[in-house]
Amino acid sequence: MIYFNNVTKIYPKDSPAVEDVNLTINAGEFVSLVGHSGAGKTTLIKLILAEEKPTAGTVFFESLDIHKLKDTDLTKLRKRIGTVFQDFKLLPNKTAYENIAFAMEAAGKKDEEIASDVPHVLELVDLSPKMHHFPHQMSGGERQRLAIARAIINQPELIIADEPTGNLDPINTYEVVQILKKINDLGTTVLLTTHNRGVIDSIGKRVITLEKGKIVRDDKDGKYSI
Amino acid sequence: MGITNIKRIFRAGFINFWRNGSVSLASILISTVTLSVITALIFLQAILNFSLTQVKDKVDVTIYFTTTASEDKILALKSSIEKLPEVALVEYTSQEKALEDFKARHADDYLTLQALDELNENPLGATLNVKARETSQYESIAKFLQGDSALTQDSSGIIDKINYNQNKVVIDRLTSIIDGAQKLGYAVTLVLIGICILITFNTIRLTIYIAREEIGIMRLVGASNTYIRGPFLVEGMVYGVLSSFITMLIFWPVSAWLGSHMTDFFGMNIFDYYTSNFFQILLILIGTGIILGSISSGLAIRRYLRK
Repeated sequence: MIYFNNVTKIYPKDSPAVEDVNLTINAGEFVSLVGHSGAGKTTLIKLILAEEKPTAGTVFFESLDIHKLKDTDLTKLRKRIGTVFQDFKLLPNKTAYENIAFAMEAAGKKDEEIASDVPHVLELVDLSPKMHHFPHQMSGGERQRLAIARAIINQPELIIADEPTGNLDPINTYEVVQILKKINDLGTTVLLTTHNRGVIDSIGKRVITLEKGKIVRDDKDGKYSI
Repeated sequence: MGITNIKRIFRAGFINFWRNGSVSLASILISTVTLSVITALIFLQAILNFSLTQVKDKVDVTIYFTTTASEDKILALKSSIEKLPEVALVEYTSQEKALEDFKARHADDYLTLQALDELNENPLGATLNVKARETSQYESIAKFLQGDSALTQDSSGIIDKINYNQNKVVIDRLTSIIDGAQKLGYAVTLVLIGICILITFNTIRLTIYIAREEIGIMRLVGASNTYIRGPFLVEGMVYGVLSSFITMLIFWPVSAWLGSHMTDFFGMNIFDYYTSNFFQILLILIGTGIILGSISSGLAIRRYLRK
């Protein structure tokens, strides 16, 4: 599904953030990217989302060369990817309901669909009582669950979760990981970055370890080993 | 883009406007200042134009005829002058009317009236009062009348004098003052409007700068550029419309006060001007407000929508 071919990314006046990476992620996989801060995890994700361009090499989403897409095609691609971030990236001026509705509107969904699906997905992440709350009126765990609800609402083929548990306590961390596992069980590919040992060990799926921008391990049933 | 999307964009624009409370208020205040400056300049132009028309109205050229000139010849000359393209109006004052006016003017001056009575005949000649369309055209009209053209040859015997030469200096000065005042007026207007537009543009740019992270999130969620930009444009338009109504509201008491206290000073009643041109001014302000608001938003958001 995702193919990195000899990808290098060098930020100006800096050492390489990602160096000569070759990586394939297949549809339906749950892949965890681990590594210290600055190992290149977030850069890899930004490359998939076309937020950054590689200095060398290519990144493909199926048959699409991500960095050669036009603006409109890129918008279409982003609709096929759901994203969850450590800092939630919710729209602060919109309620929980509106945050999810916005993602559906952007995908061109009808009003009736939005009215029926949004309460449903909020129920799924246990946020029904907070439907009309703004993000600043919610706890960290609630915000992250809202971000996950938004990420899955358009039934994307891939969910990218960049340190989704970084700001959460153990109980909320556990809940978020369970939701991600459930999403993966339903057939969606999940790419998770984290440096939480407990999270990795509890998932028990493929683990890719990055160090100084290079892949140093790629274990099928991996454990956290840095 | 379908009707549904347009509806959503407008709804989002209005909701954002409402939820952005203080930021919206600041933008409206700045736009109101800009539109107030524009309104004040509209008033100023009106006063200037009014004064200039009045001054222009006071300038004329008078042809004095000899006492022996026959009315037929004078009227023939009058109709010839009226045909000149530069001439706006020609007024004929007969000998009798001239005497009447003179007597009325000196009604309290017993000595003059007595002297007039002793003459036994009317010493005043008839006159033609010529008004040009533009003050700069008086010279050519006067030259024409004094020249040996076919028109004046016939009348050369009956014209006593033309007072253009006495008025020349005054007319020349007025012409240049009027020209200068108009040019200066336009220049000041343009500069002030330019400054205000820049201030408004920068304020709106700041409001969008505040929202830059939101714009990034919207892109990430897969919203198209048009769909992201739309609500900001609507918000800009709302700023424009609301601030033009506020401006009109502010100028109601202001022009009423100016109308009742400053009419003598300005020479015209500002409040009358305000009420009789209410809808034109409102339209100019709404138009300016909407264009200013939406163009500023559009330009400001552009940099955050680049790939």
